[in-house]
Amino acid sequence: MNEKQVGTFNVKAGLAEMLKGGVIMDVTTPEQAVIAEKAGAVAVMALERVPADIRAAGGVARMADPRIVKSIQQAVSIPVMAKVRIGHFVEAQVLEALEVDYIDESEVLTPADPQYHIDKWGFQVPFVCGARDLGEALRRIAEGAAMLRTKGEPGTGNVVEAVRHLRAVNAEIRRLVATPDGELPDLAKELRAPIDLVRKVKELGRLPVVNFSAGGIASPSDAALMMQLGADGIFVGSGIFKSQNPEAMARAIVRATLHFNDPKIIAEVSEGIGDGMPGLEMATLTPADRMQDRGI
Amino acid sequence: MRIGVLAIQGDVREHKNHLIAVGAEPAEVRTVKDFDSVDGLIIPGGESTTIGMLMQEGGLIDAIRSRVVNDHFPVYGTCAGLILLAKDVVGPSPARLGLMDITAGRNAYGRQLASFEAPITIPFLGQPDFPAVFIRAPKILAMSADVVPLAEYDGQVVMAEQGSLLVSAFHPEMSHDVRIHQYFVDKVRKTQTV
Repeated sequence: MNEKQVGTFNVKAGLAEMLKGGVIMDVTTPEQAVIAEKAGAVAVMALERVPADIRAAGGVARMADPRIVKSIQQAVSIPVMAKVRIGHFVEAQVLEALEVDYIDESEVLTPADPQYHIDKWGFQVPFVCGARDLGEALRRIAEGAAMLRTKGEPGTGNVVEAVRHLRAVNAEIRRLVATPDGELPDLAKELRAPIDLVRKVKELGRLPVVNFSAGGIASPSDAALMMQLGADGIFVGSGIFKSQNPEAMARAIVRATLHFNDPKIIAEVSEGIGDGMPGLEMATLTPADRMQDRGI
Repeated sequence: MRIGVLAIQGDVREHKNHLIAVGAEPAEVRTVKDFDSVDGLIIPGGESTTIGMLMQEGGLIDAIRSRVVNDHFPVYGTCAGLILLAKDVVGPSPARLGLMDITAGRNAYGRQLASFEAPITIPFLGQPDFPAVFIRAPKILAMSADVVPLAEYDGQVVMAEQGSLLVSAFHPEMSHDVRIHQYFVDKVRKTQTV
């Protein structure tokens, strides 16, 4: 038998490549996980509460009870992801022991470390992290993240921050690509990102790992909007199970993500799916309410 | 030579890049209309439940089946594509093409932690070994006598062919080696000249 390697970056980032063009849904019970799988989700995120409920409950939000994660793993055949607090490497060790397929080091939970993210190179399970701009994205990759998601503002049902963050990343990539090689070290300093990753982005003309959109996507049109803006796929948190008819909303968002360039199909799938989740206007959030500012 | 890459979901871009590298013209296939204009089809890695369900809804399963059965249309399935081509699937069984006489076991190596890469020997390609990436990969648990095994790893068939159908449990598009894509494009070319 030839030499076999597990937990390589290729294998970690590879799973994210297989999820491209798909929708990853937040679920809190095995029943919700089955609804997500039947609607066509490519993966589920197992957690104790969806972001809108975390927001409403206040207090400290932690990793889910392992029992929830295990019951969801038993219920579906698609990959199961779960969230840990930023910097909480022991929660990550626990999820690795549970054999989740991806760990989300997430600003939706209360940060555990005021300065450092998890050293993700030390794990065999892959990590996805949030970012609001290119510098944040590259810092997370430098720490070992094998997949990214733009943050948006979780639990709001308001897509405006998701749009802001994806546009910011895209604009900064365009600027980086147009920057002469000799000025890249200075740009790397400005971005607070490693120069080798900055050079890699210039070479590829895109981020070196898959980048989904997250945080506020609550309708089929929202999902297609983020896809047209260049997202590799979609995370939907509260947008499905806080809507009037989760099953119909889940199916519609999956189909709008597939046919994101076909407004006729988006119109068809958007018909009669019930009300979306009640949303929040950004101006009503206090600085303490803003999850996106955590772990930058 | 216009080769379709099923673009419902999965690592479509990587397959397109490999096809370009071997001189073929890649085309994304999302609908039956897209499918009608291609000479061969690659089903990429992705989630087989999702891809199968959306293929069926869009009428692609019937369209692809009919061309394979009637015209020996060439299809290459990688990972999820292997499951979608398998006649039988052990465990939760997605909507699929079910054209090849193999039994597939989904996620048969285990969860993501068991995903791996390894150089494998593919006799018909010769040296060097092929850098194979297995991600939540399926296994071919059984096959009929008509199916030709093309490569094994650890005592397990990981690549096989039956008539116009080609499958691999691993992802050649995740490495820089384009020999398998070259082989498939040559296979498509042969069906054109016959």
